[in-house]
Amino acid sequence: MVGLATVFGAGGGTSSYAEAEAADVIVMWGSNARNAHPIYFHHVLQAVRRGAKLFVVDPRRSETAQFADRWLGLEVGTDIALSNTIAREIITAGLAHADFIRNATTGFEEYAASVEGWTLERGSEVTGVPADAIRELAHAYAGATAAQLCWTLGITEHHNGVDNVLSLCNLALLTGQVGRYGAGLSPLRGQNNVQGGGDMGALPNKLPGFQDVEDDVARAKFEAEWATTIPATDGWHLTEMFDAMERGDLRSLLVVGENPAQSEADVSRAVDLLGGLDHLVVLDIHRTKTAELADVVLPGSASWCESDGTVTNSERRVQRVRKALDPPGAARDDIDILLDLATRLGHDWPYDTHEDVWNELRRLSPMHAGMSWDRLESLGGIQWPCYSDDTLEPPFLHGRLWAADPADRGRPAPFSSVTHVPPAEPITDEFPMRLTTGRRLDSYNTGVQSGGYRSPTRLGETIDISPADARSLELTDGEFVRVTSPRGSVEAPVRIDRGLRAGLVFMTFHFPDEIDVNQLTIDATDPKSGTAEFKAAAVRIEKLP
Amino acid sequence: MNDVPVSIRDTDPLPTVTATIDGADVTVAAGTTILQACGGRDGEIPTLCYGDTITPKNACRLCVVEVEGSRALAPACSRPVEADMVVRTRSERVDHARRMVLEFLGSSVDLSLTANVTAWNAQYGVDLDRYGADAATVARPVKVDNDLYVRDYSKCILCYQCVDACGEQWQHSFVIEIAGRGFDAHVSTEHDVTLPDSACVYCGNCIQVCPTGALVPAVEFDMRAAGTWDEDRQVVTETICGFCGVGCGLELHVQDNTIVKVTSPPDNPITHGNLCIKGRFGFQHAQNRPG
Amino acid sequence: MDLKTREVEPTPAERAAIDAVLGTDESQGAHDRTGGQSSRVRRHLLLPTLHALNDRVGWISPPAIDHVAERLDVSPAEIHGVVTFYGLFSTHERPARQVHVCVDLVCRIEGGTRILPDGAHPSPCLGMCEQAPAVLVTDAGDPGRRTAMGGVMGDQLKELAAGMPVSAPERRTTASVPQAADPGLVLLRRAGGGDPLDFDAWVADGGLRALDRAREVGPEGVIELIDAAGLLGRGGAAFPTARKWRAVRGQGATPRHLVCNADESEPGTFKDRVLIENDPFALLESMTIAALAADCARGWIYLRGEYPGVEATLMSAIERFRAEGILGADFDITIRRGAGAYICGEETAIFNSIEGFRGEPRNKPPYPFEVGLFGAPTVVNNVETLMNVPSIVLGRTTSNRRLFCLSGAVAVPGVYEVELGLTLGDLIGLAGGLRPGSELQAILLGGAAGRYVAPDATDLVLDDDSIRAAGLTLGSGVVMVVDQHVDLVDQIRRIAAFFRDESCGQCVPCRVGTVRQEEVLERLANGVRDGQVELLADIGRAMTDASICGLGQTAHHAIESAVVTLGVFRR
Repeated sequence: MVGLATVFGAGGGTSSYAEAEAADVIVMWGSNARNAHPIYFHHVLQAVRRGAKLFVVDPRRSETAQFADRWLGLEVGTDIALSNTIAREIITAGLAHADFIRNATTGFEEYAASVEGWTLERGSEVTGVPADAIRELAHAYAGATAAQLCWTLGITEHHNGVDNVLSLCNLALLTGQVGRYGAGLSPLRGQNNVQGGGDMGALPNKLPGFQDVEDDVARAKFEAEWATTIPATDGWHLTEMFDAMERGDLRSLLVVGENPAQSEADVSRAVDLLGGLDHLVVLDIHRTKTAELADVVLPGSASWCESDGTVTNSERRVQRVRKALDPPGAARDDIDILLDLATRLGHDWPYDTHEDVWNELRRLSPMHAGMSWDRLESLGGIQWPCYSDDTLEPPFLHGRLWAADPADRGRPAPFSSVTHVPPAEPITDEFPMRLTTGRRLDSYNTGVQSGGYRSPTRLGETIDISPADARSLELTDGEFVRVTSPRGSVEAPVRIDRGLRAGLVFMTFHFPDEIDVNQLTIDATDPKSGTAEFKAAAVRIEKLP
Repeated sequence: MNDVPVSIRDTDPLPTVTATIDGADVTVAAGTTILQACGGRDGEIPTLCYGDTITPKNACRLCVVEVEGSRALAPACSRPVEADMVVRTRSERVDHARRMVLEFLGSSVDLSLTANVTAWNAQYGVDLDRYGADAATVARPVKVDNDLYVRDYSKCILCYQCVDACGEQWQHSFVIEIAGRGFDAHVSTEHDVTLPDSACVYCGNCIQVCPTGALVPAVEFDMRAAGTWDEDRQVVTETICGFCGVGCGLELHVQDNTIVKVTSPPDNPITHGNLCIKGRFGFQHAQNRPG
Repeated sequence: MDLKTREVEPTPAERAAIDAVLGTDESQGAHDRTGGQSSRVRRHLLLPTLHALNDRVGWISPPAIDHVAERLDVSPAEIHGVVTFYGLFSTHERPARQVHVCVDLVCRIEGGTRILPDGAHPSPCLGMCEQAPAVLVTDAGDPGRRTAMGGVMGDQLKELAAGMPVSAPERRTTASVPQAADPGLVLLRRAGGGDPLDFDAWVADGGLRALDRAREVGPEGVIELIDAAGLLGRGGAAFPTARKWRAVRGQGATPRHLVCNADESEPGTFKDRVLIENDPFALLESMTIAALAADCARGWIYLRGEYPGVEATLMSAIERFRAEGILGADFDITIRRGAGAYICGEETAIFNSIEGFRGEPRNKPPYPFEVGLFGAPTVVNNVETLMNVPSIVLGRTTSNRRLFCLSGAVAVPGVYEVELGLTLGDLIGLAGGLRPGSELQAILLGGAAGRYVAPDATDLVLDDDSIRAAGLTLGSGVVMVVDQHVDLVDQIRRIAAFFRDESCGQCVPCRVGTVRQEEVLERLANGVRDGQVELLADIGRAMTDASICGLGQTAHHAIESAVVTLGVFRR
């Protein structure tokens, strides 16, 4: 969200799912949507079925790549090198959208200079992608009537994830592939309400509706509604919180529906820090590993089926969730728990219903103002922004950039010169292989939600390895090996995957109770977003005696 | 469909055509099918192989109508209304064809879970006895080869919807296809391998489109077998899937405070009635209840 | 598609067969194309690939299917569905020698082939009725061999099934065209006139003159000539050819296609085979003219798989036409071999088959002239229709010449070319009348999809109006003469079995109706009468009224005529 907000002022994907169907070129970059976002991928497939070209940029020849016209299997962590090479090819081939650049952007000259050294030859050498494939993508993307550029955690879960996003935004600005129906940038959110959490201000620097904490006018509006004083400076993001725990600045923590004791990179450190808190309260529907560390556990409700409210999806659509089940035992609706907590902390919050909470948001967040519950109901969800009760905005953002009158264009979108920096942890003789992580289709995150049903395709944790490496290490399918990174070591069964190139291994993080992959991952984080580099650790693999 | 604001839609009025249906002039947008012009599935024309989310295959021929000037009867589900077309949706000839389609299917396929068949059989005067006890059927053993769904092809009318949902219309997995020919035609994986041996990803989108109960979730199959499946006691609530950030619409079928089935609304603009394995089957974590 | 990798690799022979069609597998390197549109546009090579496998190893194995799946980006289940649709393919290992024995209407009368030895299996009509009883022998190998043979009686059949080597069959032109060398012949004028692949002789005999003339008068001129001659399609529907061409010419989308329907499979029909065997260049010239007139860039000949000799002849002829520069520049022709499916003669099923799908008919509308092969505007013409074109363009003839396939109890079976307007009795007279000792019991007009007429119908005048007035169709020109020795109940049960076998299975009326029809006939044959004739009529009416395509719509005609007109169950 940080990257998109930097360029366009709004931290949301610029397109709607249906627009993918109208695109004639689609680039899935660091996204195995076939597995991780299957129904979004249906929209992509509708376009593919009609003849759209699909490019997949991924170190792995993934399930998504199976559908691609061209797979660009780059070395892990060379996304900026690839994107800068694409940019240079577009510029030198004369395919840049000069009018759009002139009218709607700033910083082009500096950007062009910054990519000048990224010839196809150099880009190919650094990324491992053949020059002709880079060239093909560059020309197809620039020449498309409407191109979609989609990404997921393969872009963001790096020590320079925000720069990665900026580098993709650059490509859209360079070619005018944004702000039109069918053309846009689509980050696919990994979790069901990541977008909604951001919308609601669950970011250290934002109030609901992406209003800046440091914006005095915005803050005053909230302070008036809430009858309290809001700190005027940014708070901590998750990684900073752990650093604060380490310093002893953060001593009490309320964890709602998260499992950091298993999901954090370098998880041993996370567990130590959580265990050292003065007071840890966990609100969850499961007795997670984090809950086991807690002083108090508050049994909550499953938001999608035991509670009413809204979520926001990856196309900025606010959607209603509804209660279908009574929560079990003493479990309660999360809002009721929070209201009680507020009361005990001395605050009388004036909400009788879930809708009351929502209507407060509509008063405070202009982009949600037009979304009454009745309207959400009758329209089956509404995309933000929605400024008033009787209007809807176009399904794509930033159409303003194409306005004929400069006065209507608003703030031009800045190019960002970004530099290729290899992954924080280099490959060495001691740790000669690159470990990257991701999801499988039938499982989800740490397996808390997905572990409960009997999936016929569930493999359990494996260490996926290329046929070539399996041969040279004399490994066979199913054989247990030791995987060691500078931080830790696990044992896992081998799965030979033809989609992997030599030197690359893959694991999920779905089965931490059996094999705790985050013992291996590195907590090098992006300073701008706080996201950890789950996608690139260095490991060695040893046969067990 | 999508709530696209009017300003970016093509605002030119769509061309229309006027035809005579059952003696009345009917004006519809060009491209509208006879079935749509007659109220779709909620209208009077019976349909079996027609689904909301799949391009009609017009394979069952139950929806046939008379189109003047046409030698054979026309399938209402896929024949577009044309200007000056004269259509009769009921006639002795139409009723005869519908009766025979119902008799052909009723005498060869287990339609016990197919909606409306009993009423149609009465309406069209179906007599299954005249085919004799030795009439060939498609009866075959139930396929139970995984924990999530059951395939009972004795109930299959070959509507092609599961094949098209698995294939190019939605899922693009292409795990099941029609194999064989004629009366031996049947839905099959390659070499009839089990689903776990196929490339099936268990999205269950085939189940959702199956109109005859040939494909059902294992939970429903087991509850039916145990006699505990009771749709009258089920409440359906729409909500949003809790996995990933796509925001797929779910319909939770709840019986006795327990989710017994998950579907997706066919008119949902995000899913078009489709889900993935997590959305359709991954609800168990919400009901692992104490005791 | 999603892919489930199985570890079993195809054999070297299978790989070689696949590579021979698809080229060497280049996708080993990690970064090469993974599929996508560049693979999917080659889907139409699926049937040729399956033929290559079948010719080489005799069957289509699971590893071979998996390998083809990866090469063409078509899922194993889809390929399995295609393989199991076509009668000449097998998904089970079988001996290299396969003997397909015609058990259809004419061959079962000629006898000797109904009790099949081990290693032989029944086949629908092989299109060699004038040489009945017929067999098709296939020997998988490198190269594979396929041989169609006529006049194969019991002992020879046993030897063939046991693996006896096959020698190439002699050409029996005069036997197939009793009128050969008759100077009045137009369509069959080259029959019996020396080597049909002698290009120079063909040109000296007037070949290519019509194409030259067509180029002079231009597309519209050609269409006007065809229109003026009143040429109607010979595939059964009798649609005006000029209108078809004009409609395709008027469509915007390109490239437009011309499909020559040579999937001659109607039981009792063999005229297309005889036409092509005797004058292959004329068909190519006709197609080139048609493509010029309808503005088609791609030509296809969909040839039934049971005609190996015709395929070889056509391939040589096409090579020669390319060498002469007639084909290859603006217009070229590809042969697509069918694989044992009568339904593929249906004008939209033929598209699916060429495109590499199961040969199921498509919904109409849209019609082929708008949305046909590969979704593009397409002309589909039958072989005989096309063969009329050169003489019309040269002003040599009107279109009223028709071919008839006479078989059964006539003295001289074969293909006969006549001017319409003679009587059925005259036509039988042309074939030497009935065989000695034969008494006329019935005549089957139009094949299995046609109708029987009673002996008193010999006065029937053979022209389109009279035939239509009598509720009949000339169809594919079948005139099968049934004498008193033939068990008509057995014949119509065979017809019912034929349609049950050949129904694609897509629509309920045909899929189930053909089975129910056969069941009722069995009961009637066993003497059960109670309500069965009425039930049979109900079944037939539903098939005729409600089936998707012509197969189901005509699957009851012959049986109905036998029951109603001939009264086979009243005796």
